[in-house]
Amino acid sequence: MQSDYIIEMLNIRKEFPGIVANDDITLQLRRGEIHALLGENGAGKSTLMSVLFGLYQPERGVIKKNGEVVRIQNPNDATALNIGMVHQHFKLVDVFTVLDNIILGAEDTRLGFLQKKEARKKVQALSEKYKLSVDLDAKVEDISVGMQQRTEILKMLYRDNEILIFDEPTAVLTPQEIDELMEIMRGFAREGKSILFITHKLNEIMAVADRVTVLRKGKYVGTVETKNTTKQELSAMMVGRPVQLQVEKGESTPGDVILDVKGLTVPSKLHKNNAVKDVTFQVHAGEIVCIAGIDGNGQTELVYGLTGLEKASAGTVTVCGKDISRASIHKRSEAGISHIPEDRHKHGLVLDDTLENNLVLQSFREPRFQSGGFIRKSAVREYAEKIIGQYDVRCGQGPVTVARSMSGGNQQKAIIGREIDRGNPLLIAVQPTRGLDVGAIEYIHSQLVAQRDAGKAVLLVSLELDEVMNLSDRILVMYEGEIVGELDPRKTTVQELGLYMAGAKRGGKGEAQA
Amino acid sequence: MRNLLDKEGTKKVLASLISIIVGLCVGAIVVIIVGLTKDSIPLGGMWDGVRLIFAGIFSTGRDAQGVLTWGYNAQALGNMLFRAMPLIMTGLSVAVANKTGLFNIGAPGQYLMGTMVSLMVALAIPSSVVPAGIIWILAFLSGCLAGAVWGAIPGVLKAFLNINEVLACIMTNWLAANVVTWVFDVTNFKNVVENTKSGYIYKTTYNGVQTPKLLLDKLFPGSQVNGGILIAILVAVAMYILINKTTLGYELKACGSNRHAARYAGINDKRNIVLSMAIAGALSAGGAALYWLSGNTEFYWSTYQSLPAAGFNGIPVALLAVNNPIAVVFTGIFMAMLDIVGVQLTGYTAYNEYITDVIISVIVYLSAFSLLIRTMLNSKKGTKTNANAEPAPAPAPAAEQTEIKEGGEEA
Repeated sequence: MQSDYIIEMLNIRKEFPGIVANDDITLQLRRGEIHALLGENGAGKSTLMSVLFGLYQPERGVIKKNGEVVRIQNPNDATALNIGMVHQHFKLVDVFTVLDNIILGAEDTRLGFLQKKEARKKVQALSEKYKLSVDLDAKVEDISVGMQQRTEILKMLYRDNEILIFDEPTAVLTPQEIDELMEIMRGFAREGKSILFITHKLNEIMAVADRVTVLRKGKYVGTVETKNTTKQELSAMMVGRPVQLQVEKGESTPGDVILDVKGLTVPSKLHKNNAVKDVTFQVHAGEIVCIAGIDGNGQTELVYGLTGLEKASAGTVTVCGKDISRASIHKRSEAGISHIPEDRHKHGLVLDDTLENNLVLQSFREPRFQSGGFIRKSAVREYAEKIIGQYDVRCGQGPVTVARSMSGGNQQKAIIGREIDRGNPLLIAVQPTRGLDVGAIEYIHSQLVAQRDAGKAVLLVSLELDEVMNLSDRILVMYEGEIVGELDPRKTTVQELGLYMAGAKRGGKGEAQA
Repeated sequence: MRNLLDKEGTKKVLASLISIIVGLCVGAIVVIIVGLTKDSIPLGGMWDGVRLIFAGIFSTGRDAQGVLTWGYNAQALGNMLFRAMPLIMTGLSVAVANKTGLFNIGAPGQYLMGTMVSLMVALAIPSSVVPAGIIWILAFLSGCLAGAVWGAIPGVLKAFLNINEVLACIMTNWLAANVVTWVFDVTNFKNVVENTKSGYIYKTTYNGVQTPKLLLDKLFPGSQVNGGILIAILVAVAMYILINKTTLGYELKACGSNRHAARYAGINDKRNIVLSMAIAGALSAGGAALYWLSGNTEFYWSTYQSLPAAGFNGIPVALLAVNNPIAVVFTGIFMAMLDIVGVQLTGYTAYNEYITDVIISVIVYLSAFSLLIRTMLNSKKGTKTNANAEPAPAPAPAAEQTEIKEGGEEA
């Protein structure tokens, strides 16, 4: 009699110096089920998967396949056990064709020559069977992200893997592509393949998973059947306390125009085309305007163009009636822009400096922090203590904590505190909740709404659809550097938003988004 | 939390002290090995060598029986301070640039430009017309200015064209060597200088220009020391204040630790990179000016100018001081002490001064390692490493070995 479980990880413990990443974690994957692994950042999901893949050896615990104990000492062992994984960041060779990527590492050879014909037949058969449409002869660098993901999936199928691991597979997809992926995953499950689905998105778990295992801070919280649970319950398991999933906010009362952008064009660093093409929009006081879109459609460059990090080649930017199209970053900041940057490590903080010095990164020239060119240390210290208290920044050594040693959530709180406290009429927040846990996200969302209610203009750039739908008063969708639609979040659906994001809703200019 | 800060500081001091002690021990071991393999060196000679390495600065020579004598050696101490003067300045130069994330390996070139301009100004203005003191100040300041301009060149290349400052610095070093050779060749300065010895000697006392002694000659009779060392220490204190207490220092450091974040915050990163290199250049050149205007040095003009060791030695001085301007004063004096030890070894034993080069290179390696270890410790705690944790100092020892000895310029 075969075991019920195809893969079991029993009582796994993995320690790193100073931290227990996995503490007595048990994960049992049934044959033919879709099993979600849920947890915040740092909960131990990646460590657990690395143990399953043989990248780490656990201090304690065993892994069983079909009820028999197996030792997985390196990724080759895992492959031999028919375990395959689609990583969050795809592992593809950009300049190879799709077919070459699929067979890479599992090539058939005869007398040292590649035998691609049979491989092609096999891949084509797989691709038809599971409706995974790919262009086998296209180079990976030329195909869409969705197709790259299908290539990764075909890679697993080509190797006859029975256990398929998907690590945050929906992060880069449009809502339509997500639906397709869900359908594909259900198809695999019907075939008897077993799927591990790593995610932090509750909607997707409820939609597709049979069971969920929840981890919190390296510990096993529990495994539940999705049909017997709710999103509320899952999020409480994940965070350890009840969480407000819906953002509390009232009606917006837009006031004067704060940000006025006309015909802004920003060249791209990556290619010859413009990253931002002739973009025109306004943001009023007391509203949250959200720029939605799939990553890499010009949102980053748009913000660079607004804040001065990149020079715009055409167009005007006006803040509070003041034309700042040609102004320096410093001047723009003075004109009234606060900016929560996309990359908090690159732009947001000087990681090796202390928290207090980071909190005055822009304002150290103001008379309250300096006199005659000399920094007033005590004033800086006092200010840092105020921000730390007010925004609940947890830091081991107070104002002199080195920024690098703080958690991502607290680093972000410090940045948000700094930017909000400058009291500027315009707040640009770029992916302010990226990589943060649910508790911190809740806090940041409430802060953004509070800013709106205080009469500030908030421009939010987000890739998270939930965030876009919940937080914004108006949605602008960016596609290939252009604003292709303006939507009202109360009147639109995620599906409609997805069509705009994929470029399908305006002029059918989109590349093959099958 | 004050304690923790202090602890971090103590760790740094400790790391440097360990490097120094290990370096000295390795020097002693080399002395013993050389002694064991050479029949000409008796056991006693080896012992003398070892003792000189650790305490050469307190050696007062040999008595009538040929036994090493010890005590307060005012001349050696004074000479140590004199030699520390340019080292402190070039050490500050490297340290200040490093605070802005730049590796100033261009100190030798800046030093040469400072040498040339300060000597020419000191010799070109007749002291019969202008008081010698004024000439001294003019020569010093114009030397610094020349260094600032020369240092700003790699800064501009780095800021506006993103050319690696190490490459640009090395090239400007050799440019400086050629420019200085050529300028001294084509100008008629040889005519205003005493021409009695072979080769042209630029000695500022010919024009009555020299650094005032400020009573230091009373404290260290018979030595070369003068007020220049006090100026170097004052400059070090000024640099400490600039880096740690002023908005300019804050900007420089922010650009150094994270140029992107500085830009994001509206700090003009390009201006600060150029400024930092200019300050570094001025410091190196200032060291040259203090050295050549001292009144007891002569500049030999040769048909081809090599790069001055004082410039390169600023790198280990800064490295050992972990870029702290105040610590640079002590490490500069320590390096100068090794120099004196080398002279003592040559004078009183069968060994020569190159043993001290061994010591310096061991110390440089170790301090580079301690940097590496600290970086590794820090990055383990952090979420993401920035990866720009100063791997640059690594090539320093190599440069050290090849360029270290230029020959005695002292009178």
